[in-house]
Amino acid sequence: MSQTIAAFDPAVDAPAHHHPVYDYDSGPPVARGKFAIWLFLATEIMFFSGLIGAYVVLRTGAGSWPNPEERLAVPITALNTFILITSSWLMVRALLASKTGDRTAVLKWLGATIIGGAVFVGIQVYEYFELIHHGNFPNGDIFWSTFYTMTGFHGTHVIVGLIWLIAVWFATWRGHYTKENNLGIELAGLYWHFVDLVWVLLFTVVYLF
Amino acid sequence: MSSHAPATPLGIDPAGTVHSSHEHHELGFWRRYIFSTDHKVIGLQFLFTGLVMLLFGGLMAMAIRWQLAYPWTEMPLVGKILFPETGGVATPEGYTMLFTMHGTLMIFFVIIPLLTGTFGNFLIPLMLGAPDMAFPRLNMIGYWFWWPGIVLILLSFGAEGGGPAAGWTSYPPLSTIETAAPGSLQGQNLWLLSLTFVGVSSMMGAINYVTTIVKMRAPGMTYFRMPLSIWGLFISALLQLFALPVLTAAGFMQLFDRVLDTGFFTPTNTTINGLTPEAGELAAGGHPLLWQHLFWFYSHPAVYIMVLPAMGFASDILSVNARKPIFGYKPMAYSMAGIAGLGFIVWGHHMFMSGMNPAVGLVFMTATVLIAMPSAVKVFNWLGTLWGSSIRLNTSMLFALAFVSMFIIGGLSGIWMACTAVDIYIHDTYIIVAHFHYVVFAGSVLAIFGALYHWFPKMFGRMMNETLGKIHFVGTFIFTNGVFYMMHQLGIAGLMRRTADPYAYETFAHMQPMNQFISICAFCLLFWQVFFVINFFGSMFLGKRVGRNPWKACSLEWVAPSPPGHGNFDRELAVHHGPYEYGVPGQREDYCPQTVEIDAAPTPVEEPVLA
Repeated sequence: MSQTIAAFDPAVDAPAHHHPVYDYDSGPPVARGKFAIWLFLATEIMFFSGLIGAYVVLRTGAGSWPNPEERLAVPITALNTFILITSSWLMVRALLASKTGDRTAVLKWLGATIIGGAVFVGIQVYEYFELIHHGNFPNGDIFWSTFYTMTGFHGTHVIVGLIWLIAVWFATWRGHYTKENNLGIELAGLYWHFVDLVWVLLFTVVYLF
Repeated sequence: MSSHAPATPLGIDPAGTVHSSHEHHELGFWRRYIFSTDHKVIGLQFLFTGLVMLLFGGLMAMAIRWQLAYPWTEMPLVGKILFPETGGVATPEGYTMLFTMHGTLMIFFVIIPLLTGTFGNFLIPLMLGAPDMAFPRLNMIGYWFWWPGIVLILLSFGAEGGGPAAGWTSYPPLSTIETAAPGSLQGQNLWLLSLTFVGVSSMMGAINYVTTIVKMRAPGMTYFRMPLSIWGLFISALLQLFALPVLTAAGFMQLFDRVLDTGFFTPTNTTINGLTPEAGELAAGGHPLLWQHLFWFYSHPAVYIMVLPAMGFASDILSVNARKPIFGYKPMAYSMAGIAGLGFIVWGHHMFMSGMNPAVGLVFMTATVLIAMPSAVKVFNWLGTLWGSSIRLNTSMLFALAFVSMFIIGGLSGIWMACTAVDIYIHDTYIIVAHFHYVVFAGSVLAIFGALYHWFPKMFGRMMNETLGKIHFVGTFIFTNGVFYMMHQLGIAGLMRRTADPYAYETFAHMQPMNQFISICAFCLLFWQVFFVINFFGSMFLGKRVGRNPWKACSLEWVAPSPPGHGNFDRELAVHHGPYEYGVPGQREDYCPQTVEIDAAPTPVEEPVLA
């Protein structure tokens, strides 16, 4: 019976005029976008794990490693770290405000987050300029190679985050989000917190130890 | 009910054979076939692009085989294109470029995209009962992110100094020091950039697959009612998510080593082709071994990305055509997860000869040998599925059976070559080439062929020709073994891989006739694919028109029309049981689709009355 292939039979095989309703969700009770952003952050964690892992291998395998305090402006960067962590807190306030539907407050907190992030990038760029001015290029030695690669990739992520936050700020301004629909703010916030968290790790391993 | 439109040449009819008052819209050509967000069209885009790349990669293999059979003679057909300066005769550097690009193209532009890109896109929503991927637009962007990778890798052929020539593994210092090899000029930069694009494309795909599988299963479709194809694609997507970013990071480090003169992979106190890093502009203090660790941390799991979906397809095809439930469904799913999990901690077995602490080597060896257990579970379950069944020997079944038997050969050699003591002897010989080609070509590629024959009716609404299919199978199977089996013997005898002219060494001179045999088989193998090409493209237009479920299979994709319209399904879906309910006693048919409840109290079959 199952050896023969039945030919096309219009009575059963023709597409019917019916659209099934896909209103179910088989996964955990989070929005698709939020689920996907967590997967994306998982890939980001693995990306930075690759970089930081390489750094740890190179540093522990090196005969001697320069003292970061002699090469980098640790106090200024500590202040910068504080600014970035503060911006994460500001982001939390923006999300909280969006849950009450207070658009003005969201714009205010988001704006403050963006300013915090921009200040962070500004100080990093200033640090880069100072270092390069003193002749410290990525090809100087393995310390500078790792320093520029890791902080450079983190800085790129902060800039991407800033662009994202600015887009979210304009969307808020245009009234895109409501009390119920604030997923866009939350997703940008998750990414922003991730970027901050990576910085805490990088600051610890690159500047402090 | 007169609207059953004939299957369009491209099979898919995204504008919808399914018409309704609220969703009747005609998409233009560009939105329908080029920048489509329909998962079926994107799957076919991956398919056609991947098949073209398969031809390119195959031609590179032929060039390699020509050089190994008739070294330093004029290469017919492709020689003039690849080596115009020498009039079609290979150069030593050119040979290195050939095997580098053959590996790169086949892995990143053929096998992974064909398995995950084509079938991942096409099958996941259909088998789960979803209208499309979770993020259709991301899906489209993912496909188009693959293209800069293709363009860059093809451009690298024409780069200054020739194409990249550091092997597909791209080991430093060959790959990082520009003076190390001619192919280490711009070609290597293009190679690294290309792989970054491919990586981003894969990542977008993987996020989409996982989200779709977790969030968009039809009512009743629990995880353990998913077909094993979905399990294979699911687990390989997870592998991609967690392993690929590390290669991306490593690729950037290598790119920085090359363009910014950082020193990640450049050791201190080395002189390479007269260049001493400390004296020049390069930073030093790096570890060449670091690249190997980072590279294989991705590329070993990538081996399982290249075989787990194939295992899933083979399981589905075997079960359908054996008309029996898959033997040990849950162990099949768990063993895939086991292979993937172990796959993360075995990368060091590629590095036994790289200067590794023997104690670490022992750990990697043990972990690698452990993979034999979940693999054996799979093989025995396939055999259990076949045991006592009435096999329907159509082309897809033949290819699935070939996959199982070839995987056994490739898998078995994998176990003992993972033993450090054996590996020291056979490292970088042809036995390694034989091993991974048995898994990736004789395994995965044959499974891809099987899957194409099996799902072709769903893709295009027509059957592929069985006679041509069987001719294609027989030749492909024989020549595949003709090419790769003999390599075991050559490897045991010590023949080195990646050597343009091994016969320059007295020891290997007598191996040339054997290599000529292999090469002739390889040329026949490529030629034999003409039968596939004729059948594949011919059947798209001339194949027998079939209905929804030509194979009488249980899984959900066969409930949809062939080819499915926009939104895939034209009826409400409810899943009642697993996807392998074949030959359930007392039922009307010998199969029970997932949407049909199994009759719990079947009408008793009348006992034959004995006189």
